[in-house]
Amino acid sequence: MKARVFVTLKPGVLDPQGKAIHHALEGLGFGGVNDVRAGKLIELDLADGTSDSAIEDMCRKLLANTVIENFRVERPENA
Amino acid sequence: MKSAVIVFPGSNCDRDLAVALEKVTGRAPAMVWHGESALPEGTDLIALPGGFSYGDYLRSGAMAARSPIMRAVVDAAGRGVPVLGICNGFQVLTETGLLPGALMRNARLNFVSRPVALKVENTQTLFTSGYNAGEVIHIPVAHHDGNYQADADTLDRLEQSGRVAFRYAEEVNGSARSIAGIINEAGNVLGMMPHPERAIEPAHGSTDGLRLFQGLLETVNA
Repeated sequence: MKARVFVTLKPGVLDPQGKAIHHALEGLGFGGVNDVRAGKLIELDLADGTSDSAIEDMCRKLLANTVIENFRVERPENA
Repeated sequence: MKSAVIVFPGSNCDRDLAVALEKVTGRAPAMVWHGESALPEGTDLIALPGGFSYGDYLRSGAMAARSPIMRAVVDAAGRGVPVLGICNGFQVLTETGLLPGALMRNARLNFVSRPVALKVENTQTLFTSGYNAGEVIHIPVAHHDGNYQADADTLDRLEQSGRVAFRYAEEVNGSARSIAGIINEAGNVLGMMPHPERAIEPAHGSTDGLRLFQGLLETVNA
């Protein structure tokens, strides 16, 4: 069974990487990009029956730094 | 003084730090591998070195902060043992929660490696008694993730309680309120991005780092 963890910077936290990507997109001539925020996708292959709370615990203890980051867990059906 | 330097896979300033500690204390520190679960008996200073522990995987300092020895370091810090984290060591201290905030990618995304001017903000700490209040010193930095950030309440609290030990006296990495080094509430944990161990010999171009170790030795032995 699989789970996907999306780790993103909290709103308001400066994202220099996102800004650089934004700048590069503009340099390539892509208009209409208002903002870019970069984050991480972490894919977990888990034993069947791993609980939501166990995954959340993993996120809080290691996968995300909750001082600056938010996380969101996606568990696709039948994955 | 019985000091210990924690060595993580990817640490690269551990030997420089050991040289500085031996020069000042007259005694070589114990080099403690990250996989150990205990510190040597009687350790009265713990130093976390600079480098790129675990290749900076996930976040700088994130993996090191969860290594077995860090449980012993957190316990010792709780008992009041002085802990000094330099550069990656500072990142590890924020990741363990011993210090507030986080060290993010430098604002201009560049790796900064050069001597910088620092203002000593508080000399009434275990670590900074060797300096004069408001003094500007010169110590090198070498980091990619030195951009200190915390929420406004935390920053206010740090400033109001004298917990900002060092501030950059020039623009370096985008750190909130130019913070270069902070101490914990109890006053026995210091994290700083600049490398005092790289400013201890005239050949280094500055000996301003030496006084940090000398001040620390005096306060620990006092």
